[in-house]
Amino acid sequence: MENTSEVFPSDPTWSEEGSSRVPFWAYTREDLYKRELERLFYKGHWCYVGLEVEVPEPGDFKRTVVGERSVIMTRSTDGEIHVVENVCKHRGMRFCREKHGKAKELLCPYHQWSYALNGDLQGVPFRRGVKREGKVNGGMPADFNPADHGLTKLKVARRNGVVFASFDHDVEPFEEFLGPTILSYFDRVFDGRKLVLLGYRRQRIPGNWKLMQENIKDPYHPGLLHTWFSTFGLWRADNQSELKMDAHKRHAAMISTRGQGGKVEEVVTGLDSFKETMTVNDKRLLDIVHEDWWGKPTAVMTTIFPSVIIQQQVNSVSTRHIQPNGHGSFDFVWTHFGFADDTPEMHQRRLIQANLFGPAGFVSADDGEVIEWSQEGFEQNPSQKTLVEMGGRDTEDSPHMVTETLIRGMYAYWRRVMGE
Amino acid sequence: MMDFGSYHDLLDLYASYAATVDSADWENWPEFFLDDGTYRLQPRENHDRGLPLCLLALESKAMIRDRVYGVKETMYHDPYYQRHIVGTPRVLSVRLEGRREIFEAEANYLVVRTKRDGVTEVFNAGYYRDVIVRTGEGLKFKSRLCVYDTEMIPNSLIYPI
Ligand code: FES
Ligand SMILES: [Fe+2]
Repeated sequence: MENTSEVFPSDPTWSEEGSSRVPFWAYTREDLYKRELERLFYKGHWCYVGLEVEVPEPGDFKRTVVGERSVIMTRSTDGEIHVVENVCKHRGMRFCREKHGKAKELLCPYHQWSYALNGDLQGVPFRRGVKREGKVNGGMPADFNPADHGLTKLKVARRNGVVFASFDHDVEPFEEFLGPTILSYFDRVFDGRKLVLLGYRRQRIPGNWKLMQENIKDPYHPGLLHTWFSTFGLWRADNQSELKMDAHKRHAAMISTRGQGGKVEEVVTGLDSFKETMTVNDKRLLDIVHEDWWGKPTAVMTTIFPSVIIQQQVNSVSTRHIQPNGHGSFDFVWTHFGFADDTPEMHQRRLIQANLFGPAGFVSADDGEVIEWSQEGFEQNPSQKTLVEMGGRDTEDSPHMVTETLIRGMYAYWRRVMGE
Repeated sequence: MMDFGSYHDLLDLYASYAATVDSADWENWPEFFLDDGTYRLQPRENHDRGLPLCLLALESKAMIRDRVYGVKETMYHDPYYQRHIVGTPRVLSVRLEGRREIFEAEANYLVVRTKRDGVTEVFNAGYYRDVIVRTGEGLKFKSRLCVYDTEMIPNSLIYPI
């Protein structure tokens, strides 16, 4: 029974079966959030770290995060990629302050402990003390063994130029973590071609991190919230589409093919956003050129739980990294890229279509806004629940997009792992 | 290197631009640009590393108009006021191309944002780097590049900087 008098339930429990009614407190409780970090970001899952092209040469490093833990991705002289935690083993300092750079070693400035690019401790000043008047003063105890004090090393998975890492060295192989279906959509974008880094966009969204996973598992909203999409005919509810998940229902792919619907009126009647004659003033904004590697779909949005979204929306491709900071906020980092064999025209096209996405994007800025407003709704009365029942209450794959099945799938998984 | 009359024109351009984007007069924003003028808003990290991606890269006056349409008609967002504080422009070069006078100039800017229920906050800080052409209708931007230090956008950015 819903207790409407208690706004802040003292003993919150998820009473219903299934996953179509998500309690607002799933987004507002700090204790749950800490448990999410433990069970989803730090254990049993691979988290996105970056693209190999961000650290192309030995000594290159990039600082990023896994969950809330600051980590450094490095390339060592043998070409290997390492991911180590950015916390000095001496007195715990988060020592790496640059976002990226080139270095021979990782150095903590406080007492100048130095670590190799793979995280091994290699230098401790005054380890054997300081000699004065024939006497050795100080120094580390005789049983101090540098081999025991390297930086915390994460397990690393590289696949076709993308780097994932896990603090959990017992995590299943990356390919099994994705499962065959999602792996095939991953490989569709990352098939081993050389990538070209185009740049970053960053935004801090004041909402629970799960809301971004939900947003990209929600094909119900794009034609409605993103008026720009429907205005220019880029997204229609009758576009041919499929929704697919891995066996655990944690990852998903929203696959759609534009421009094949039936009569326009049936899907857009009643939407004041649709103006059939609307075209953009500068055609380059929507100068979509089909690329062979797409196959039939023109857009595939892949959510890899919990940390990243892989975007292919026509000619714009990016990774979108979810970096949570507290239960009610996350940073969302977009890394746009292209491919080494892009023509100059395709390179330019990707840059122009990037206007549609990102923190100012025609069809993305509004996602950040509605996530903020959702969080506000949850915070004011965590005793309520969402109603995720478009298309039913099941968690099956779907041959159309008029459904919230992917969100239900994710919460079914979340309940199992979180024990809620 | 620049006479006072021209410098006055430059100051007037900067002041009018700020007044336009601060008064929600979106329709007039494209009018500050040549037909082939460009508007780019780029995070400093990309700019400094030579990475081409911008937050917005509007490659013509027509595309700037397309942005106006998005801002006015299609993008759902929290309404807000914005206010630009623009520093004194520094003239980098003055030259003639045929009979056209071309300036390069830059100026720091700070944009504060005030939402309906909120306090005023620093929203975006950076500098303009401009190429400006004198036309029969006054000074126009051939290109306006805004490089912003505020790489972490507070959620979303809707209105022009
Ligand atoms: S804290 Fe890093 S060297 Fe002392
Ligand atoms: Fe969206």
